[in-house]
Amino acid sequence: MIDLSVSCGGLALANPVMPASGTFGLEQAGIFDFERLGAFVTKTITPDKRMGNPTPRVSEVPNGMLNSIGIPSKGAAAFVRDVIPRFSQWRPPLVVSISANTPDAFADLARTVSVEGVAAIEINISCPNLEDDGKAFAMRPESTREIVRRLRDATALPLWAKLTPNAGDVAAVAQAAQDGGADALVVANTILAMSVDVTTRRPSLGNVMGGLSGPAVKPIILRMAYQCARAATIPVIGCGGISTARDALEFLIVGCRAVQVGTASFVHPSALVDVVDGLEAHCRETGIARIEDVIGSLDLTQAEHDMMGGAAPASDPAAYAEAHA
Amino acid sequence: MMMPMLDHDVVPPAAPAHPAPGRPVELEAVVREHVAVNDEYRYLSLDLPEGAPHAKPGQFYHLLCPTGDGLEPFFRRPMSVYRVEPEKNRLGFLYKVTGTGTAAMARLWPGDTFNLFGPLGIGFTLPADRAPIVLLGRGVGLATMGPLVPFARENGHRVTAILSARAPDLVMSVDEMRAAGADVITVTDAEGTSAVPHVEGILEDLVAKGACAALYVCGSSRLTRLAQAVAARHDLFGEVALEQQMACGVGVCFCCVRPFRENGETVHRRVCCEGPVFPLAEALA
Ligand SMILES: Cc1cc2nc3c(=O)[nH]c(=O)nc-3n(C[C@H](O)[C@H](O)[C@H](O)COP(=O)(O)OP(=O)(O)OC[C@H]3O[C@@H](n4cnc5c(N)ncnc54)[C@H](O)[C@@H]3O)c2cc1C
Ligand SMILES: Cc1cc2nc3c(=O)[nH]c(=O)nc-3n(C[C@H](O)[C@H](O)[C@H](O)COP(=O)(O)O)c2cc1C
Ligand code: FES
Repeated sequence: MIDLSVSCGGLALANPVMPASGTFGLEQAGIFDFERLGAFVTKTITPDKRMGNPTPRVSEVPNGMLNSIGIPSKGAAAFVRDVIPRFSQWRPPLVVSISANTPDAFADLARTVSVEGVAAIEINISCPNLEDDGKAFAMRPESTREIVRRLRDATALPLWAKLTPNAGDVAAVAQAAQDGGADALVVANTILAMSVDVTTRRPSLGNVMGGLSGPAVKPIILRMAYQCARAATIPVIGCGGISTARDALEFLIVGCRAVQVGTASFVHPSALVDVVDGLEAHCRETGIARIEDVIGSLDLTQAEHDMMGGAAPASDPAAYAEAHA
Repeated sequence: MMMPMLDHDVVPPAAPAHPAPGRPVELEAVVREHVAVNDEYRYLSLDLPEGAPHAKPGQFYHLLCPTGDGLEPFFRRPMSVYRVEPEKNRLGFLYKVTGTGTAAMARLWPGDTFNLFGPLGIGFTLPADRAPIVLLGRGVGLATMGPLVPFARENGHRVTAILSARAPDLVMSVDEMRAAGADVITVTDAEGTSAVPHVEGILEDLVAKGACAALYVCGSSRLTRLAQAVAARHDLFGEVALEQQMACGVGVCFCCVRPFRENGETVHRRVCCEGPVFPLAEALA
């Protein structure tokens, strides 16, 4: 029996795999088994009803996608009344993602969603689509510390701060979120990006700019997750380009205590459950009893390199484990 | 590598559709037949694995187009079912090569596997009392409407299909729809018969003859607005099948929205899960 459970940001999770905000919803209940997830993370809600951005709202790019959905929202009241209760039929804890344009509205919203059935609040202080040109709270350490502190005072629930890869010094922002009282860091939201249709000379998104996600962002976000895990003592949840258990393992190895899977679910509807299965299979095949043992296990000692094929390639976990046994 | 160009009557006549509800699943289908129907359209017939759920007319699948040889589609591509054959465990698509995904799809050979996710979305509904129906389609819209003909005929509805295209050799499905029991009227730009006033005349005649109690439209906003006007004038039941770019296909990403009129307000609805078939009067075409 392999133990996939982890404690993360004030919650005990059956496994470290959860959906990324905005890529998951009740509509998927018939598509994969919700009981298999480590936690649920809902689409970001805002205080009031919002229409969202003009279409086209998505565009594919090599190995990934751009989105400028713009957080259409039915408003907080409808969400608390209609959506939260429906998650009580499953065991995994519910994490509610919230966002607002001003600290006052943000704090009010945190109070509004601090209700029975909600296990933690993910604060989206990083959405590149909510404000002009992606100017989000998490762009700078000072505004991050202030907003997290403000929200810390507004709710007793665990607070997960979702950071933006568009910040200049993500590690400093991570530290600021921790100082402000966050219980975990989600690293990260999408990378502000754009693309143009050369035939029409129009931007491919109705909103001109949007967020890049999917496999294309993984090496960048992995680097940031590693930096944040070193800079902060609170748990880091890796999020960016994770499609397979291998991808998830990379994030766990650099120090993340859990991972979120987003875009991959659009291509493979059962991606979340496949990642859980893949983590279990990896542990079994490599003789790991607890996934905890993988977390932060990055080996920084200089590898003995034998270009003639002596050393096992570190990218092959089975051979790697054997070589390190 | 291109498929051989074949006469369009190679495509077998539409078999009756037996809509059976099914939860969407990801499955590996096997290409049975893949032919060019005319210069623009291809017909792809697939064998489904045993026990796969079957689609209703108007529903769609989300297709994982093969990658390689310089074509790297990332998203799945939405495609309406053109032919549903549950008793043979088969499924057919009629499609036009327009970009990366469909070009990749055009490279499939018989025997290849093809990853599908579906059936998805809400399909067509028929009016009460075996009322006669009229289909109005252009371009790709004909593919979406294809399975509606046998479905409606089986349920005792008289069907008239008005098929619109740029030129006579691009009108598809005429023989199939006739074989399935529809009266078919073709209108084309080349013959000058596809303009709105002319099509409106045809519709008004059908209404006057008692042959049009419900209207179904797909593939053109011009024809959709015309259908809305005629349906409103005579208080007819109507549905429209719409397209929008999709990512998830199941209702969670909100990229596929279109505007609708609801109680005097403009609202957004998701084409993938609240459609692709919508009440005709509510769409803002
Ligand atoms: C519900 C539904 C049913 C459809 N049924 C059919 C059908 O039966 N036969 C057929 O030929 N076509 C159909 N289409 C259109 C088909 O999805 C597009 O032609 C196809 O996605 C084009 O992909 P591409 O990679 O070749 O083009 P590209 O232009 O390279 O595609 C780029 C992106 O735009 C999207 N896109 C481009 N055109 C459309 C479109 N018209 N609708 C939605 N997304 C689009 C693609 O999916 C992709 O994400 C349907 C669309 C929808 C929404
Ligand atoms: C369509 C779409 C919608 C998203 N909506 C939200 C959102 O509402 N709130 C949020 O915090 N992140 C949102 N994200 C970002 C994801 O949660 C995630 O951080 C990002 O996509 C990177 O992960 P991925 O590469 O696994 O998708 C969205 C991403 C996509 C693709
Ligand atoms: S395609 Fe994602 S909501 Fe419709």
